[in-house]
Amino acid sequence: MTEEQTKLAIENPKMSARDVKVFYGEKQAIKGVSIDVGMDHVTAFIGPSGCGKSTFLRTLNRMNDTVASARVEGEITLDGENIYAASMDVVQLRARVGMVFQKPNPFPKSIYENIAYGPRIHGLAAGKADMDVIVEKSLRRAGLWEEVKDRLTESGTALSGGQQQRLCIGRAIAVEPEVILMDEPCSALDPIATAKIEELIHELRGRYAIVIVTHNMQQAARVSQRTAFFHLGDLVEYGVTSDIFTNPRQERTKDYITGRYG
Amino acid sequence: MAEHTIKAFDEEIDRLRGLIAEMGGRAEAAIENAMLALQRQDKVLAAEVVEGDKRIDAIEAEVEKLVIQVIALRAPMANDLRDVIAALKIVSVVERIGDYAKNIAKRVPLIATNTRILEPISLLPSMGQVAGEMVHDALNAFAARDADLALAVVERDTVVDDFYNSVFRTLVTFMVENPKTISECAHLLFIAKNIERIGDHATNVAEMVYYAATGQTLPERERGADMQPEN
Repeated sequence: MTEEQTKLAIENPKMSARDVKVFYGEKQAIKGVSIDVGMDHVTAFIGPSGCGKSTFLRTLNRMNDTVASARVEGEITLDGENIYAASMDVVQLRARVGMVFQKPNPFPKSIYENIAYGPRIHGLAAGKADMDVIVEKSLRRAGLWEEVKDRLTESGTALSGGQQQRLCIGRAIAVEPEVILMDEPCSALDPIATAKIEELIHELRGRYAIVIVTHNMQQAARVSQRTAFFHLGDLVEYGVTSDIFTNPRQERTKDYITGRYG
Repeated sequence: MAEHTIKAFDEEIDRLRGLIAEMGGRAEAAIENAMLALQRQDKVLAAEVVEGDKRIDAIEAEVEKLVIQVIALRAPMANDLRDVIAALKIVSVVERIGDYAKNIAKRVPLIATNTRILEPISLLPSMGQVAGEMVHDALNAFAARDADLALAVVERDTVVDDFYNSVFRTLVTFMVENPKTISECAHLLFIAKNIERIGDHATNVAEMVYYAATGQTLPERERGADMQPEN
């Protein structure tokens, strides 16, 4: 394997992981992963169930802190700053590194409140008018504004699955994150809702560093410019998406993406 | 290579490879029989070559249909993707090779049985044999995913080109000396050119095979010295 396809050096990486190991109790889930994530590319993590891709994604905004048995070794930096340092404010970190989950999980509140909640607790809005601007801007960026502008007081949970997921993306955007992590954001959605999310990811690219975990390889191929293949806790291969899908270097990558795995 | 989790995918790939093997075998036989018909002035065999080209065309259409189906239904990736794309490109090239063989066979009845041209005719079979072997090896390389064999075919292209140039000069000299044979010799010139094109096409197939097998494209190759412009 060439050096460039293992490490794929990125200039001014937004986030960098170096020799990251994750343990759940005695069991090691991630075995020394080093990777850079940049602003200019959407990065996709692919791999079979249990390969560690979601676990690794969660180390990027310390979601694993909420799992009592989880232990993280190695270094992860955001703009060069160690996110596991004692001085790091985890609440602030999770605003800067937002997350969208597999199942849409809007708050059981109005559409407006779903967006306004984050900016309010982070003190980003000076008043009602200010908040209205943030809500509109976030919903526009999430590609949802035109569909919900006349019913902002309705419950977020009354929206369709795809709309709920875009609401959740809008909620993450509202606190002006720098990185957005998406953990299988379309696996509960139909193809049209999925296409809308994919188009949204495309539009958000460049404004945020986006990392997406997906089981759907076609989705990784469609939305990402960099793809990382995880297997049994190893980062097997990391490269330009079009290279990974036409000419992977590693036998394990090839077997997985061609449907020969296991 | 390990099997796909979805067995039907393997069956489709196998069928694709089987069709290409058959097509290659038929094209190779067409070249051989066309040359044999020429040497023996055998119009019946020549007509068989012309007729046999229909099956080659039919296989091309069948492969195209199957490739489209595989891409639509299986979304092939990596080496699978390279294989099916190579298959699609290879069949259109082999179809052309079949056309050249057919073209040679069509000229057989036009070359009147004329003992005076037996000498120039005798130049062509060994050239035809090299081109036929190139076709054979290029398709074997595809079947075996053998990049080295593909490379060997590419390197042999200059042999056919050199053959062509030598035949060209000999035929021109022969025509000058035997003006009554010009009509027949002109047909032989076209036949030589057809064989030269078959060699080029076999080389193209080999380049596609190399890409399918390795994921790397070959650098633009040196063309053999050819006194005739490409047509």
